[in-house]
Amino acid sequence: MAAGHVAASPGTVARDGAVAGAAGRTSGGLLIAGAVVLVLGVVVVSAMVGPAHLDVQGVVRALVDRLPLVRVDQTLDAGQASILWQIRLPRIALAVIVGAALSGAGAAYQGAFRNPLADPYLLGAAAGAALGAAVVIAYGAGLRDVAGTTAVPFAAFAGAMGGVVMTWTLGRSVGGRSAGTLILAGVAVASFLTSLSTYVMQRNVETIREVYSFILGRLATHGWDEVQLILPYVVPSLVVVLLHARLLDVMSVGDAEASSLGVRPGRVRGVVVAAATLATAAAVAVSGLIGFIGIIVPHLVRLLVGPSHRLVLPLTMLGGAAFLTAADVVARTLDSPAEIPIGVVTAFFGAPFFVMVLRASRRSLS
Amino acid sequence: MRAARRRAGVEPAARATTIEARLVDVTLGGNPVLRGVDLWVGAGEWVALVGPNGSGKTTLLRALLGEVEATGWLRCGGIDPASPDRRRIARTVALVPQHPVIPPGMTVQDYVLLGRTPHLGFLVTEGARDHEVVGDTLARLDLDGFGHREVATLSGGERQRATLARALAQEPSVLLLDEPTSALDVGHQQQVLELVDSLRREHGLTVLSAMHDLTLASQYAVRLVLLSRGQAVAAGTAREVLTVDALAQHYGARVRVLHDECDGVVVVPVRDHQLPERP
Repeated sequence: MAAGHVAASPGTVARDGAVAGAAGRTSGGLLIAGAVVLVLGVVVVSAMVGPAHLDVQGVVRALVDRLPLVRVDQTLDAGQASILWQIRLPRIALAVIVGAALSGAGAAYQGAFRNPLADPYLLGAAAGAALGAAVVIAYGAGLRDVAGTTAVPFAAFAGAMGGVVMTWTLGRSVGGRSAGTLILAGVAVASFLTSLSTYVMQRNVETIREVYSFILGRLATHGWDEVQLILPYVVPSLVVVLLHARLLDVMSVGDAEASSLGVRPGRVRGVVVAAATLATAAAVAVSGLIGFIGIIVPHLVRLLVGPSHRLVLPLTMLGGAAFLTAADVVARTLDSPAEIPIGVVTAFFGAPFFVMVLRASRRSLS
Repeated sequence: MRAARRRAGVEPAARATTIEARLVDVTLGGNPVLRGVDLWVGAGEWVALVGPNGSGKTTLLRALLGEVEATGWLRCGGIDPASPDRRRIARTVALVPQHPVIPPGMTVQDYVLLGRTPHLGFLVTEGARDHEVVGDTLARLDLDGFGHREVATLSGGERQRATLARALAQEPSVLLLDEPTSALDVGHQQQVLELVDSLRREHGLTVLSAMHDLTLASQYAVRLVLLSRGQAVAAGTAREVLTVDALAQHYGARVRVLHDECDGVVVVPVRDHQLPERP
């Protein structure tokens, strides 16, 4: 994909190979730097847009001032600064973290299962989270103020982890750690848990609206609480996934061949899936079920840069962060002051965009 | 007599043994797939495993890699395949599978680079030396211009060479080939086998290959081992192993066996014209 000209350059073949590797790393670094710039750009625009408009200079100055060792004069007044730091940026930060977590987890699942349709909710995380949220919303009136915040995130987190642990245990008990068995176990567990949460919702019709709002996904924040809540789970999980990028490339030749190359496929899959699940559960806990980005963003990135996980994983996380932040701008402004569920926005704009890229890339490939 | 001694696993003492299997049993899903198999391959030798479909050739190769559980005594490149150190095994033994999985979108360069996996620690990425090995291997297999092509777009022969290149990039001392030529036309079959043979001669590579084409097996392998229903039923030179009777008994095949001028045999399937025509 990168540095196609290198093979034609003079010099020994061995040197060509080394040059190709170095050139590949350089262009990879540029792509990642570009993606970081994209995320920063989306963050700035997102911070400007809202019921109270903040100008670009003020936003950039406020952000730059927070960098270590940098001091610049501020142009926002106290009220604007408070909107920026207490309302807009927490929500943007949450969008960035959740977007990176869900899309990165999707790419990790797809690599670990060698299945392009795997998404972060594949192994029962979504159904478990929905059940946890439904139970607390319906029965947990007394529980709903734990430690100054609602208990829904904790219940959703526990439900998501519980669903995946059930799937994993069931899969192991039926037929080892093969990808197909686990996915089928995930289907069974998800159906079972969904039937339970549907029952709970039917028995408590008055709470159905609140449960649905969770299921459709939303990025509501109370200051920095949610960000602080999930950051300690998401960041280490994504780091673990990134550290396995090279091994996920090896896994792409299948378990048997990966094993003959000195990799333990079951162990790699276990670690990667556990990390991706932790990130997913943390994201689901505060944002509900935001569909689609775990599938669409990794595929977009793969269409653009090829299959190497060393590029796909970081670019997917950055792309997911930018995509969800942009989607949130639409969700909170299009129907203002009402909000459109963000899951609706990601699917409504994401699907046609995805089809466009798919068509464009097929043309260029053929 | 020589064949009988080999069957018993007794080795003429001169050569170091690189692959050794004694009384190996493998059971898969409750079915015995290998039963009491003995095999040895000396350093730098090429031995071909022949035998009908389902006779256990692939299973024996997988057992030597530690991918299936086996009882009995097994050593491959001096390592017990049951060893938990998968990377050490992969630095010593490389397998070219019969039907390699071709990852979509991956370039030949990256595909062959996967062969360096056992030489890399967990957090280590490929360095100049790894790219050098890959470049040399690609050149050796006439794939220099293919580094940036996608593996999926290659022809069958080119893919076979790419997979062989990946195995060689592991810098193994033992090369296991599972039906290395089954997807190739006769010209490419010869090219691939000649290549393996020259690597064996130049670098002392030890080769064990499962093969369907008996004529090619007899031409390239120093010795043949005939597997039938999970047992090693004959071992020795091509002329000792590939007899009309043995092929009739174990393959259920009607063949004529011609001896060529240089120790090989040519196995020709024949139709039995004496049989009355079916109504």
